[in-house]
Order: sequence, then structure tokens, then C-alpha cells
Amino acid sequence: MARYLRYLVPLGIFAVLVAFLFRGLSLDPKLVPSPLVGQPMPAFSLTRLDDPAATISDTDIKGKVAVLNIWATWCVSCRAEHDVLLQLARTGQVAIYGLNYKDNRADAQRWLRQLGDPYVANAFDEDGRVGIDWGVYGAPETFVIDPQGIIRHKHIGPLTTEVLQTKLLPLIAELKS
Amino acid sequence: MKRLLPALLFVWLLLGMTPASASSTLEAFKFATEAEALHFKDLIAEIRCLVCQNQSLADSDAELAHDLRVEVYDMVQEGRSDAEIIDFLVKRYGDFVLYKPPLKPETWFIWFGPFVLLAIAGFLLVRALRRQRQVTTAEISAEERKRLDALLGKPGADGKDNEA
Repeated sequence: MARYLRYLVPLGIFAVLVAFLFRGLSLDPKLVPSPLVGQPMPAFSLTRLDDPAATISDTDIKGKVAVLNIWATWCVSCRAEHDVLLQLARTGQVAIYGLNYKDNRADAQRWLRQLGDPYVANAFDEDGRVGIDWGVYGAPETFVIDPQGIIRHKHIGPLTTEVLQTKLLPLIAELKS
Repeated sequence: MKRLLPALLFVWLLLGMTPASASSTLEAFKFATEAEALHFKDLIAEIRCLVCQNQSLADSDAELAHDLRVEVYDMVQEGRSDAEIIDFLVKRYGDFVLYKPPLKPETWFIWFGPFVLLAIAGFLLVRALRRQRQVTTAEISAEERKRLDALLGKPGADGKDNEA
């Protein structure tokens, strides 16, 4: 018995090590979980992208299930996910708000004219300070917010049809019920 | 001369290249005292840049790192404490922004794990050493003792080597 143990214990330790390392292989270090999930959304008040004279704030988002998408024209992956956002808008399931992050107003307006506009409204965060409050570290990022204004989910990186079908739409349906 | 010219040209090119690659990432922040500047530098060296991840806020040239340096600088100028500034960043980006993870139940494993492993290794070492000692003090028969004494040339073995 003791003799078997001599071989089994190192083998067991090795197996645990392999399990940890194997799990590590499939983790993306770029995905840092946000401490904001489960917290009320950070307050902000910014000018609207389409109208520098009008403002938009967190209170405009509250009261319904909403999605806040952080994007910019300099962000290549944002372009890749744009069609998915249009697809989400077409479902009519949720109000999509945008935070145009560290961008140029004219460029962003042209982007929406050319590619289509999935947003209910866009906030224009020129210096990125609101982005910092939201813990943004790389566009695109997408938050799902419940009617009470609590952040329920954060997706980092471009949205895909798969993410939409398996994560976002089921969560939105759940929050609405 | 024919060989020297390309060599000189090469050296000249190298010299011309260095200043561009050695550009500083730090903006020209203004501080009242040298101590304040040093304090700021220490603070941003402890914070991870989430874009590059393996660089601190002090080292990184990423856009976000620039913005966060400005943010931290403003807070330092407002006279906010280190704890407040760290808290500001952790609330937004999580513990991952800190190079030194805080001590809490989720991090006990990384803080105490090495010491636990060290204790286990120490225990195994002591046990192995004790076992070894037990083996050396094992009993031998009278016959074996006699042979051993003879081999070692101890007195009383067979009397021959005694006089030598």
C-alpha cells in the first residue's frame, strides 16, 4: 500500500498541475472581469454625438433594459461588430445606447450615416473620462443594464452573432420578464 | 577606404535611429517638490496598464495608460491619499490593476500557498532524514559485528592487527 502511495502521490500532484495548466491555456488574459457587474452604472452627463447642444446622461438609460456599447471609429473590431449591433437593433428587444469613446465627432457621425445607426442615442466622450468611470480599457465593450440601472453583464471585445444568441438575447429576455 | 565608407554609413544610421526609439513615455508633469514627483512615480509604478498588462502605468505608452496617468496626477494634486487613488482604480478596473494583490479570502492561496508548500516540503524532509537515521542504527547480529570489526581493524576482532 505504502509503495503504491509513493507513486500515486506525485502522479496526483502532476495531474492537478496539468489540470491547472490546461485550464490556463483556454483563458484569455485580455478578459479582465469588471468589478462593475452587479453595481449601479456610473453616473455621467455628456453631449449627444448628433447634437453638441443636447446632453445625455445615465438617467436617460434607466427605466428599461438597455445595452450600452462603447465604440470608436479608430477601433477596427468595432467595425467588425457593427453588423451584429444592427442585427440586435432589428430584433427590437432592447434599446441600444452608444458611448463614442475618444473619437472625432464628424468621423463618428459619418460612420453612422454610412454603416447604419443601431443606436437610440450616442454620448460623445471626447477625453475618455466617462470611459474610465465605466472601466473601459479597450473598445469595443458592451454592457447590459437592467431597468433599475444595475449593470448585469459586460462583454469585452467585438460582439458576434453567437454571443448575441447564447448570451445577450437570453439575458435581455430574462431581465424583461 | 572602400570598406570604411559603408561601415561609417552604418554607424551613422544606427546613431540616427536611437533617439526615436528611446523616447520617454512620461508626460511633462509639473510638481512643486522633488518628493512629490518621486511619490507620483512610485504610485504609477505599482499600477498595471490593462492594455499591455505586463507593463506598469509608468512604463506603458498605451493611450489608456496616458489617460490614467493624467487622472492619477490630478488626484495627487488634489491631495488625495494613495489609498483613495488605489480605491478609485480598483472600483473601475478590479484588483487586476494592482501588481500587489490585496490580502483577502480569494487571494489567500497565492499569498500563503508557497508557505504551505514550504511547510509540507520541510515536514517531508525531516521525516526522510529521521528514517535515514533509523536505518543506520539498525541492529546487526554478533557474527556480522565480528566481521565488521575485522574489516575496520578494531581490537578484539582476531588479535592479528592489534600490534601493528
